[in-house]
Amino acid sequence: MLRRTIKLLFVSALLAIPVIALAVAPDLKPSPPATQAQVAALQQAIRAAQTSGDNAWVLVSAALVLMMTAPGLVLFYGGLVRRKNILGTMMQSFAMMGLITVLWAVIGYSLAFGAGNGIIGGYEHAFLRGVSLAPNPNYGGTIPEQTYMIYQLMFAIITPALITGAFAERVKFSSMAVFLCLWSLIVYCPLAHMIWGVGGILNIAGGRWPVLDFAGGTVVHITSGVSALVCALYLGKRVGYPQQNITPHSMVLSFIGAAMLWVGWFGFNAGSALGAGPLATSAFVNTQFAAAAAAIAWVITEWMQNGKPTALGAISGAVAGLATITQASGFVQPMSALLIGAIAGVVCCFMVFRVKRFFGYDDSLDAFGVHGIGGTMGALLTGLLASGAINAVYGNDAAGNPLATGAIDGNWRQLLNQSIGAGLGWAFAIAGTLALLFLVDKTMGLRLTAADESQGLDLSQHGEEGYDLNS
Amino acid sequence: MVKIEAIVQTSRLDAVKEALVEAGIEGMTILEARGHGRQKGHTEFYRGREYSVDLLPKNKIELVVKDEMKDKTVSAILAAARSGRIGDGKIFISRVDDAIRIRNDERGEAAL
Repeated sequence: MLRRTIKLLFVSALLAIPVIALAVAPDLKPSPPATQAQVAALQQAIRAAQTSGDNAWVLVSAALVLMMTAPGLVLFYGGLVRRKNILGTMMQSFAMMGLITVLWAVIGYSLAFGAGNGIIGGYEHAFLRGVSLAPNPNYGGTIPEQTYMIYQLMFAIITPALITGAFAERVKFSSMAVFLCLWSLIVYCPLAHMIWGVGGILNIAGGRWPVLDFAGGTVVHITSGVSALVCALYLGKRVGYPQQNITPHSMVLSFIGAAMLWVGWFGFNAGSALGAGPLATSAFVNTQFAAAAAAIAWVITEWMQNGKPTALGAISGAVAGLATITQASGFVQPMSALLIGAIAGVVCCFMVFRVKRFFGYDDSLDAFGVHGIGGTMGALLTGLLASGAINAVYGNDAAGNPLATGAIDGNWRQLLNQSIGAGLGWAFAIAGTLALLFLVDKTMGLRLTAADESQGLDLSQHGEEGYDLNS
Repeated sequence: MVKIEAIVQTSRLDAVKEALVEAGIEGMTILEARGHGRQKGHTEFYRGREYSVDLLPKNKIELVVKDEMKDKTVSAILAAARSGRIGDGKIFISRVDDAIRIRNDERGEAAL
């Protein structure tokens, strides 16, 4: 009797376990609406995570590019001029930081990146109407459009600032400000629109002649460099040039400025990936490689010519390499970047040492020799060396392989496109700059009087002294 | 009272100052100067172009001493400043009409 009871209890217990387990177990099969909500929430979280990484990088890059203007360019140019002109030179770039920002907010961004036509954008984004914190799929689909806008602003600031190098030490502050503001509207905005704006005739995505310009070799360096040449030719030489030795008053400042340009350029190039992914890495690596190769190439060229490697040569070489790699930075293999840098170092050195002296124009701080020529070379070398393996801009074929991008992939037509882009850059720069030079010169007068030029920009334009060592 | 103006190499300045103090000189004025004598300048490069810089940095020491201190002072300077190379500098000696201590209006040699 007892044995039977125990057996009965034991079996009941065994049977009870699964029953109890089923009763307390969680519901393992949720109903469909809850699943969809969970998936949507996960997708949202993934997007937010991607945006946060991309947005962080592009915001930092924007700050780096602004740093390139001040203190980078401000010190670089400042050190190269005579002491009496240091503040004036710095003020020229700083003025751009203030004026171009306002202009960009009011109308510049719209003209560059609004819809408009193939050459110039429209007015739909005047006062940044419609430019919100939501991403614009055409301009960096994972970052707020305002991030894109502010990033592009930093480019719009530094481009006219580069031109000031050509007319250093001899132009009125007021006229310079008016000239460069107008320049940014009629030269910079159209080029930015044509190459980067939706519907632009040179836009890589759907333009009539798709041009590869990753970070602005054409938009920034060709436009500013060529405009610089036009300014130098129109305004004429500084008093005493070239008979007098007009030498830098502080190579120390220039050196520091150039170093800041180099570091800031990572924001200029790698930030143009508009995201924190592998393309940014590619551009970052290419930037460094080109700068280093170019610095070495310039220094060796100079060493062989003159018997000594100068600091000015080293930093100019680095800047030349950086200007040249800008267009190619997100399209080429790292070894190509070394080659591009080496070419830039040698060619720009030759431009500045020989060609400038041969023609006799006073491009005071070599804005044309470095940026104009560097940018042009960069545009063409990009067409030559762009690789679909790095950046499949033309998409992939059926098998998933990137379609040919540059000449080394087999797409020789790209060289033609790059030339058209560069050509339009030169054309707009020459025409726009000449027109504005005439306009501003006839109405306001651009060049300083001989007395003011002799006194220096600091005192004549700003009533200040850069260094008052006795105070 | 004589005024002794000595233009010396910047690398010799410390040695000259020490020598002067050792010789018993209590006051001096030191200026930073640029110049050259028969020493040619050096060449520098700018944008690939060589140009000559003929204003070389020097130091100028000005002293006003009593007549009897003149020879001792000049010997001290010569010994400390001479390196034997072109560019060592020069010493000029002139007469001084008067010296005045600003603090208490002492005049003449008492002011030195």
